[in-house]
Amino acid sequence: MARITASVYTSHVPAIGAALDLGRSGDDYWKPVFAGYDFSKQWIRDNPPDVVFLVYNDHATAFSLDLIPTFALGTASQFQPADEGWGPRPVPVVYGHPELAAHIAQSVIQDDFDLTLVNRMEVDHGLTVPLSLMFGQPEAWPCKVIPLAVNVVQYPAPSGRRCFQIGQAIRKAVESFDADLNVQIWGTGGMSHQLQGARAGLINPVWDNRFLDRLIEDPADLALLPHIDYVREAGSEGIELVMWLIARGAMDNASKPIVKHRFYHVPASNTAVGHLILENR
Amino acid sequence: MALEKPYLDVPGTIIFDAEQSRKGYWLNQFCMSLMKAENRTRFKADERAYLDEWAMSEEQKQAVLARDLNWCMRTGGNIYFLAKIGATDGKSFQQMAGSMTGLSEHAYRDMMIAGGRSPEGNRYLGEDGDAQPQHQPQGQASPKGPH
Repeated sequence: MARITASVYTSHVPAIGAALDLGRSGDDYWKPVFAGYDFSKQWIRDNPPDVVFLVYNDHATAFSLDLIPTFALGTASQFQPADEGWGPRPVPVVYGHPELAAHIAQSVIQDDFDLTLVNRMEVDHGLTVPLSLMFGQPEAWPCKVIPLAVNVVQYPAPSGRRCFQIGQAIRKAVESFDADLNVQIWGTGGMSHQLQGARAGLINPVWDNRFLDRLIEDPADLALLPHIDYVREAGSEGIELVMWLIARGAMDNASKPIVKHRFYHVPASNTAVGHLILENR
Repeated sequence: MALEKPYLDVPGTIIFDAEQSRKGYWLNQFCMSLMKAENRTRFKADERAYLDEWAMSEEQKQAVLARDLNWCMRTGGNIYFLAKIGATDGKSFQQMAGSMTGLSEHAYRDMMIAGGRSPEGNRYLGEDGDAQPQHQPQGQASPKGPH
């Protein structure tokens, strides 16, 4: 039986990818960011997943305004890194797991979550930066990846509650897949940041750390937080944090998770970087 | 009945909702076209001619030509789409975000290194934070001088 053993949460700031790709990870500016992931790289070597179910958002890359799916599940066998305007990131092709993805699609849709299924999609920094942070710069990614792209670009994003519930449905789906697979679920984006207007540059470390506390301790209650609280307190782009609730919803919520790692740093470009690793007991 | 929009009283912030998206459809689709290298080349060769190929409003075209991202956003632009213009110009996301505040590139970067912009006074219109309308533009261009 497949099982979800752990969840990983991380910001996916594009400048982090650029710093790595341009060989600047040792610069004074970037060193503390990457140092926050040293533990994580060792942890994932010790706990290698067969599949990562990766929750992220597309940033006007695969989806223009022609099509705005709320939850888009990548069911393809591979996903090419996209050219976001600066040329494609020099990272390996992302290989999917079409069998598990199809199984999840069937199960989750029958659980009343109307997914969009995507058989051709390029993936942007939202997906590849988390892979780089956790795996470094390998020749090939060491696991399969199932992307779930969530709309957080056009308001409204799905509610926190809906995200938490779809996470629960994903867990149920994975656990009913017959192959013996170690699956991790990653929630990405955030933390506080605003990229637009006179309020650009907003950072709220008190709110961010409270979010991390509540994500660990009481995610079902955190999931009730309205969108406007994210916008007001964590910036217009801080709304990405609803995606973390999908990963958290997919954890075993009968018992508290083990906090393997927690990291918080300001800034990476315009953004507060947050990172957690939670294991099921 | 009108939809509830509780985000209209956040200072210095335009939420890209369905209404903004409708207004900005062609502006954002133009931006999207800049993901292709050949289109970036054509745009750079004659910006006005390239813009005229799109069903954008004259105001949207002027906002793009002026590289005024706040103006672009008011006419329905979304920052992730507008970022394609920045990429075409060789600008980083930090340079683009900073350009919307009135701060110089250096001052904006320093603000971020010092921990970013505080939410204090910047949650609701009518407070006294640095992102409030009465304090725009920030930085050297402000009548109050640099912060």
